[in-house]
Amino acid sequence: MVKEVHKHQVIIVGGGMAGLRAALESCDQGVDTVVLSQVHPIRSHSGSAQGGINAPLANAPEGKDDSWERHAFDTVKGSDFLADQDAVEIMTKEASARIIELEHMGAPFSRTDEGKIAQRPFGGAGFPRTCYASDKTGHVIMQALYEQLVRRQVKVYAEYFVVALAAEGDTCRGLVALNILSGELETFEADAIIFTTGGAGRIYARSSNAIINTGSGMAVAYQAGVPLKDMEFIQFHPTSLLDSNILMTEGARGEGGYLVNNKGERFMERYAAKAMELAPRDIVSRSIQTEIDQGRGFEGGYVHLDLRHLGREKILERLPGIRDIAMNFAGVDPILQPIPIQPAQHYTMGGIDCNADAETLLKGLLTAGECACVSVHGANRLGGNSLLDTVVFGQRAGKKAAQYVQNKHPRAAAEKALNEALAKAEKKINALAEGQTSEPTFQLRSELGETMTNNVGIFRDKGPMTEAVQKIKDLKRRYQGCRLTYKGKKFNLDLVRTLELEGCLQVAEVIAQGALARQESRGSHTRLDFPTRDDANWLKHTLAYFTADGPQMKYKPVIITRWQPEARKY
Amino acid sequence: MATTELKVQEKQAVSAVTMKVFRFDPEKDKTSRYDTFQVPVRPGMSVLETLFEVLDKQDSSLAFRYACRGAVCGSCAMYINGSYRLACETQLSSLGSKEITVGPLPHLPVIRDLVVDMAPFFEKYDRVMPYLKTQSEPPEKERLQSPKQRKAINEAIDCILCSCCYSACPMTWTHKEYLGPSALNKAYRFVADSRDEATAERLKVVSGEDGVWCCHTIFNCVEACPKKINQTDAIEILRRKTVSQKLKFWKR
Repeated sequence: MVKEVHKHQVIIVGGGMAGLRAALESCDQGVDTVVLSQVHPIRSHSGSAQGGINAPLANAPEGKDDSWERHAFDTVKGSDFLADQDAVEIMTKEASARIIELEHMGAPFSRTDEGKIAQRPFGGAGFPRTCYASDKTGHVIMQALYEQLVRRQVKVYAEYFVVALAAEGDTCRGLVALNILSGELETFEADAIIFTTGGAGRIYARSSNAIINTGSGMAVAYQAGVPLKDMEFIQFHPTSLLDSNILMTEGARGEGGYLVNNKGERFMERYAAKAMELAPRDIVSRSIQTEIDQGRGFEGGYVHLDLRHLGREKILERLPGIRDIAMNFAGVDPILQPIPIQPAQHYTMGGIDCNADAETLLKGLLTAGECACVSVHGANRLGGNSLLDTVVFGQRAGKKAAQYVQNKHPRAAAEKALNEALAKAEKKINALAEGQTSEPTFQLRSELGETMTNNVGIFRDKGPMTEAVQKIKDLKRRYQGCRLTYKGKKFNLDLVRTLELEGCLQVAEVIAQGALARQESRGSHTRLDFPTRDDANWLKHTLAYFTADGPQMKYKPVIITRWQPEARKY
Repeated sequence: MATTELKVQEKQAVSAVTMKVFRFDPEKDKTSRYDTFQVPVRPGMSVLETLFEVLDKQDSSLAFRYACRGAVCGSCAMYINGSYRLACETQLSSLGSKEITVGPLPHLPVIRDLVVDMAPFFEKYDRVMPYLKTQSEPPEKERLQSPKQRKAINEAIDCILCSCCYSACPMTWTHKEYLGPSALNKAYRFVADSRDEATAERLKVVSGEDGVWCCHTIFNCVEACPKKINQTDAIEILRRKTVSQKLKFWKR
């Protein structure tokens, strides 16, 4: 029997940029809205975003001819033509309004001499289009959104981890979440739920992502029957700090930074002679990895990001954050020394399948941000487009959810669905608490990370990927023997991390199997055995459906409105 | 292609540290204690990574907060070898000791082990109207702000709300209602923002007995801040503005 049920009209799961933007919108539509998050919202990974957010404001003199059409074309070309062009049009048309709105909320962007929002060049973009606040753009936007949340007194359930969704037929009616502080399961009834749970980077051993980015929301939606789309498209950021893999923003190259190998060459000349360091991320990551693999990297597997020629003043003004990080985490001062960098997993282009109104297959379940796949990023996301995605589709999700709850159409009864979901969640947690563990969970987590980084990384091939799929199946089997070694209630990290691991395994399986199935190279998905793009057979989205035996793959066409696929050169 | 294999094997441990970690569950334990762990150290290892090493391999009951591990989210503020630090950016090698003592942020209620109740901190945040307030109609485009005007808030906006300063401030220990350095820095951030139009209202909020006059300019906050923000300076400017506003009132 359900003990106490929290009832709200709209529950937003995830307190990052998409979640907070959705919450403000839903609240402003006059709907009872709450945010539920694994961490306090301000701790969300969106705050780590550095370089900026794209909009064709045309504030920079070189960008005076920028337009939403040019932004859209750059995005579509950057996506290697896998993005749905109708969704890209929406994103780029709404971009400027969303950025201006952030500024009006109080986000302190850097400024041009005329006092307008400053914009810098970014990879794959025809114009300086990336609005920024030095190299702390995510931080300042998150602060501004959270400030607005406080202003509206939106209730926050902080430190709650979603274990299961409650669905009655094809309608989502609520969720069950672990209150991390108390260790108790709590039940939430809602007319609409928006998943804004972020990415899945920590499936990889080498990732720029926060430790909390485990794809848990994707896994919950997937197991509730909602397909995951295009998960094989994983972005590897070219420049993460050696070993710790903390992001060194693309803005460093946007401001004029060089990539240099062990021979002192600006090697991008060989791979993208025109765009050089500002080619899109998939191309730069492949180039760096090739240099390292062919012996032109440095011992330990890295190349240099050299900012010294920018001078002290510019580094302190535009890139103070990464300078601090380089000094504190690698003992390198970019004013005096080149930064040791290597590519690392950075972003999941794929995610929970949804339309441009954020709706999923399950009625009343919406999604936005990195955990969602509209798709606007296709096979490769352009830098500066992820924050834009969060505010454009976060706003749309909040609006749509509010409309959905305000429509008085009959909804399925919630009680049965909530009871079932609670029983399922209790069973799962009780099972984890019974008996002795067959092996420690960190062992599985680390084997999974190594498998994904080594076998489903930047360069892919049938053999290693087949091994990865087998390995993940084996890890899933071994997970069945895993039990908690700490069984206390309050703030049980063993429990949270063991639940996360189950989701990681599910999502990893979708990534590896989707990658193995896709017999072409497109954007971030680079196959040595299928080195070219194959539009005839593969200009389509992957949809992975959950089954007990692993994902079942289906495909659906890409929406093309005005830009026919062409060769992608930079 | 020579090889695409990335070497993600863990680096070999080169030495070990003795970690003394604060343990306490107020619902179960009468008193707190420090547990001692011997942890193998790899080059470049941080205090946060060391805690994960303990959690994974020695004691899965340990409780601590974490998220970004890149010194921007403010989750892992702790009391490390007598200093207020972010565990993620504190390299073991920087501590100059083979013995490391880790405790929760002092003067905040302990939930369990290194996890403290941040509610008192965020309540103060909520009280200072922590959002841009304007009366004028917003323009169609952005509100203009010169680079110089923007520079005035450059330091104040760096705050990651980790609570190191709040925990370090002796005035918050004795005067429970004191807004504290972080919330006052937030108030200052808007007073100093050329776009904000609520200075008078803000000064009223911070000039009460729980506000700027509580500060005894001890500078603990400045020393504790991982982002090197000078909150004491911000408080000092708010004081001067408060005084000049009162003078203006009497001169009317």
